Amino acid sequence: MHGDHVDALVATAPDGIAFDDLRVDREGDRYAFETPEETHGALNEDDLRAVAADSPFVRNWYFWHAVAPQKADRWAFLRWLEDAEETALERRLENLADGVVSEWGQLRVTATVDDGGERRYHVRHVDDARADPAALTAHEDPRAARDLAKHDERGRYRPLKSAPTLRTGWRFADRSAADLVETVETFYPASVANWHREREGELDVTHWHETVERQTGIYGVVQTWDRGEGYEHVNWVAEACCADSQCLKRREWHYDDETELDVDGGDGVVPCREPCSVVIAAARQWTKLESEESRTYEFELTPSEKEQVEGIVDAVADGSVGDIREADVYEDANRYRARFLRAKRFDGEGNLSGAPTDRDGGE
Amino acid sequence: MAPALVIAAHGSHLNAESSTPTYTHADTIRATGAFAEVRESFWKEEPSFREALRTVDADEVYLVPLFISEGYFTEQVIPREFRLGGWDPDLWSSDGTSATHATLTADDTGQTVHYCGPVGTHDAMSDVIVQRAESVTGDPDIGEGVGLAVVGHGTERNENSAKAIEYHAGRIRDRGRFDEVQALFMDEDPEVDDVTEYFESDDIVVVPLFIADGFHTQEDIPEDMGLTDDYRLGYDVPTAVDGHDIWYAGAVGTEPLMADVVLERAADAGADVEAAIEQVRERTSGANPAAGD
Ligand code: SF4
Repeated sequence: MHGDHVDALVATAPDGIAFDDLRVDREGDRYAFETPEETHGALNEDDLRAVAADSPFVRNWYFWHAVAPQKADRWAFLRWLEDAEETALERRLENLADGVVSEWGQLRVTATVDDGGERRYHVRHVDDARADPAALTAHEDPRAARDLAKHDERGRYRPLKSAPTLRTGWRFADRSAADLVETVETFYPASVANWHREREGELDVTHWHETVERQTGIYGVVQTWDRGEGYEHVNWVAEACCADSQCLKRREWHYDDETELDVDGGDGVVPCREPCSVVIAAARQWTKLESEESRTYEFELTPSEKEQVEGIVDAVADGSVGDIREADVYEDANRYRARFLRAKRFDGEGNLSGAPTDRDGGE
Repeated sequence: MAPALVIAAHGSHLNAESSTPTYTHADTIRATGAFAEVRESFWKEEPSFREALRTVDADEVYLVPLFISEGYFTEQVIPREFRLGGWDPDLWSSDGTSATHATLTADDTGQTVHYCGPVGTHDAMSDVIVQRAESVTGDPDIGEGVGLAVVGHGTERNENSAKAIEYHAGRIRDRGRFDEVQALFMDEDPEVDDVTEYFESDDIVVVPLFIADGFHTQEDIPEDMGLTDDYRLGYDVPTAVDGHDIWYAGAVGTEPLMADVVLERAADAGADVEAAIEQVRERTSGANPAAGD
């Protein structure tokens, strides 16, 4: 490794270099070398080697061109992590010495630099920001992220990687740039590519209607859901599935090119470019359920019972049922409270207030 | 730049282990270094088929479906979702079990994609079924005095799904290694429920031609064959049923040698992976299953 940056510089110098406050220009058979710290002219190759050997600017150039992954989106992501396009190198190196922190979904990424100018990265859960490293399980292989991303804290499978349910208690310490990108992409697949496309003004958004029109097989039925008036149903889908409380991607798709949805797409750093498979699978079920017409039922409930029913729906929708304490009978969705309501208001067939479900529309 | 391999598999919203064999086989191939990158992609998980190509750096990609049969997924869903411009099933000129490969361009990324037939209908799959029989019985010479059942869905979901089962059953039968070889199905005759009626041999090895273990291979088939009344209680291997010993193997797709079939598909499409194939064959013969049954 030692001296690689010098060899690379000498090999590239004939073409000229201008990168991150480093300039090397060819002047006849000599070179000019310029950084904010020093300026030299008329260097022969040996002089150039001598000047380059200890220059942090040369080491920086080398890192970005020979060590960091070169795929445009990965490279841009790594640059973004240290705010490279906005901050001069000298300042950046100071910041990196302390560690530059960014958040990506629920990842907290800290960029640092070693003596040779090579960036090293640390990743942990945002909620573990202040945790003692010794209390976190250390991982090295990016593929360890697969298992970490698979189940939430309660052991439930996470089909949607961007759900805000990533478990805590782990860290990746002192990783290379390539490993970092792979780790991030394992937690959040395609996030770097889509983030970069968006920054370049090239995010290929596929809106709801187009996505639904493309479906075939068992999902083809969802097309029929769009045949009614308007797009209110899609507002409901987005509110149900895509809110930041459910998914950290920022929804950029709408009903179609011309029709924006009325619900907020969220604030995530990573864009969502089309309805995902979880949303389409749910939409299939909603298409079936929503083909039913409303009926009028008569239920007898006390005011508190009505509010309890609403409270139970809220608790399920907000995922807070599991947090309600055993004896907290003040909560509508407390188990004893729900069991009491059932005992009192359901008949032997499970009908609320004894009102039978009207499947045939009252005929 | 060296080409990349992208594996397209089904995945699941409900079953956390559905993707495990895909990752395991991808890791095996990754370790050979034959491709610049190996990327897993899923219909139901992430990265999705729609977004997998943009996550690899290579301009040239070998795309191998980790599916059992040719049909709906390989001919419609995968080419559509990967945006393979100009795709037409005729490019494979397949009779249902003879898919080859086609070279296309992805509309969204411009990458050159060698779109390969699924692993399930490649000839090398017959070897994996046999190896699966070896691993479940722990007998590298398994065959004499033994019946082999290859099990799949019937034609209900996909006409070609039965063809793939019959194709491999036929090939293995022709080799004469097992006394009897029979294709059985879940939803049509000859049905897996009646497995013992189709064999004379005392020992019957049952290998389901599925990519991953799940509802069908872990619940339906064991209960249908009478290995257990309740799959949650498990079953013995072998289990005695109607005077036969049934060696139930679980999904063939968990067999480590599956990685070889993925490579064979890529090799047929022109990938330079001969050394990797050697290495994988060496490493995965007689190995333990990729995922617990
Ligand atoms: S469609 Fe909605 S839930 Fe799915 S990834 Fe995009 S924002 Fe998240």
